[in-house]
Amino acid sequence: MDILYSVLIDPFVQMADMPDFLLQVLWEGFVAGVLYALIALGFVLIYKASGVFNFAQGIMVVFAALTLVGLHEKGVPAYLALILTIGVMGILALTVERFVMRPLVNQPDIILLMSTIGLTYFLVGFGEFVFGGEPKQMITSQLGLPTGSSAIEIGDGGLLILQHIDIAAAVIAIIMVAVLAVFFNKTRIGRALRAVADDHQAALSVGISLNQIWAIVWFAAGIVALTTGIMWGARSDVSFALEIIAFKALPVLILGGFTSIPGAIVGGLIIGIGEKIGEIYWGPLVGGGIESWLAYMIALIFLLFRPQGLFGERIIERV
Amino acid sequence: MLYRESGQYKTSYIADQAIFPIREDRIGMAVIGVVALAIPFFASDFFLNAIMTPFLILALAAIGLNILTGYAGQLSLGSGAFMGVGAYSCYKLTTYFPDVNIVILVLISGLFSAGIGVIFGLPSLRIKGLYLAVTTLAAQFFLEWCFIRIPWLYNYNASGAIEVPVRRGFGDIILTGPSASAMTQYFVVLGIVVVVTLVVKNIVRGRIGRQWMMIRDMDIAAELMGVRPLTAKLSAFAVSSYLCGVAGAMFIFFYLGAAEPSAFSITLSFQILFMVILGGLGSLVGSFFGAAFIWGLPIVLRAGFPALGLNVGAEVIFHVAQMVVGALIILFLITEPHGLARLWQIGKEKLRVWPFPYA
Repeated sequence: MDILYSVLIDPFVQMADMPDFLLQVLWEGFVAGVLYALIALGFVLIYKASGVFNFAQGIMVVFAALTLVGLHEKGVPAYLALILTIGVMGILALTVERFVMRPLVNQPDIILLMSTIGLTYFLVGFGEFVFGGEPKQMITSQLGLPTGSSAIEIGDGGLLILQHIDIAAAVIAIIMVAVLAVFFNKTRIGRALRAVADDHQAALSVGISLNQIWAIVWFAAGIVALTTGIMWGARSDVSFALEIIAFKALPVLILGGFTSIPGAIVGGLIIGIGEKIGEIYWGPLVGGGIESWLAYMIALIFLLFRPQGLFGERIIERV
Repeated sequence: MLYRESGQYKTSYIADQAIFPIREDRIGMAVIGVVALAIPFFASDFFLNAIMTPFLILALAAIGLNILTGYAGQLSLGSGAFMGVGAYSCYKLTTYFPDVNIVILVLISGLFSAGIGVIFGLPSLRIKGLYLAVTTLAAQFFLEWCFIRIPWLYNYNASGAIEVPVRRGFGDIILTGPSASAMTQYFVVLGIVVVVTLVVKNIVRGRIGRQWMMIRDMDIAAELMGVRPLTAKLSAFAVSSYLCGVAGAMFIFFYLGAAEPSAFSITLSFQILFMVILGGLGSLVGSFFGAAFIWGLPIVLRAGFPALGLNVGAEVIFHVAQMVVGALIILFLITEPHGLARLWQIGKEKLRVWPFPYA
């Protein structure tokens, strides 16, 4: 009975006892969820347009952040470094499209997946070769991002501490999703992207260049990666240890479905909040550290009921 | 000329269904067998310890993953953790039964891995393709966490690592532990790998293997034709995890000697997946090629830099080696997506009709 009590009742008693702490946990989970959602967004962009499961998205996040910080360390002013980094991501997108995606067109999923894992190896080696392997500090204030924190008083003496960078991250993420939505729905290229996502052959037949679209989509994913990298790097150091967050984005992705942008966002928030709450309130029961797999278990349970994810397109199979 | 089967008539079904129906193949295998037995007497301990033994072990792990991914079509990223299950269960077994021959324990420990594999294989009945690949990561991270957080698994060692005790067998020869000779360990590993590979070869060309391939090619059609997806998929998970478990136990007991949980991290899973993909999906000989390539390449690269007279730091070599491995993997996937096994097959076809370009 003790076990049942500590699993089923005690965590909720704790939550009710300290509502300010619960709010703090929820906020932390929300911010983490936003960042997971951003990484997953990069995945979804590429998967929709080319059917490539881009395993390297997490590494692109780190690579972008590392390039930004590395350039700044070499004496480039912060904003110029930002522009140069965007340029680097553009070159990366063109290179990947030309030398990886184009020759591998029409290969089975698994081959494409492996090629992006190869890309991961390459980027890790390249990034560390050029900028060194030691962790770096993100240039938060130089980029004009807010630092510091403010405390909000709740109820009788409870405190909710909000890091300004976290608020900025949430705001920027929302702006980014809005911009992407406008881009997809209102611009010529955005519509072409959606056409390609719907049907490659039909898109080709109306004169859309697949190669061009792929380069654009990789570039867009690179920009998303850079944003995520700045935000995540501001919360901790910039190093390839951050690649662990790439693995966090995968359950988000299967939860939301590979092809759905709203799915990536909702999935990110479910995973982010779910894993923080699980870790804080249930984690100590089994010795802590369950953050590393809890997200996968949450996703797995959802998948057992909806094998294509929450928002994924229904998989229809025919013989 | 060298490799031509014309004139070799099969006069019985047994001859027709032999593993190596062509005489030249049998001769080739005999040569490979002699070389494998002779290597320890000519090679240095370093070569045996750092190259040959891990190559054989990883080849077995690659065969394990190949069963699941190449034959049954279920993509898995958790093979590293299943190796870990084998390693930890072997460690616990030898703690409780120190007198039993370690080779037997290694073979038994695979059964535990198979059991865990079946449990984590259950979602495969409902989830397919890349979604399944991500769910196997759940197995990877959960099991890794278990290796760290359950102290019973590593006998409450302060270091959190498992250290292989000295075990003797086959008439008081030291088989494991720091004092075991490289040659002994090589022969033990060779023996296990050869026997297990032969068994697996017969499984995949028999009824069970054909069921796996039917499930891989089109699972709904296979189901309509009377293959039960439950048994076919779960048996693939069981056999695959068994092989990975045996490989993992050998990895610790005959190669590393001591291991922290990080030895069975996702990096290892990826390495094995690369071996399978580069070697060739659905090919046992490909698994050996892939293992040799992925295991050998960084070693060659690391040795290559000093040999070229480039005096660079160890760290730089490591980074560059990683870059080169990544680039080579992509290059390989572009030039031959069917892997080294396909190249091998093409080579044999060419030899058959040589000197004519076409038969």
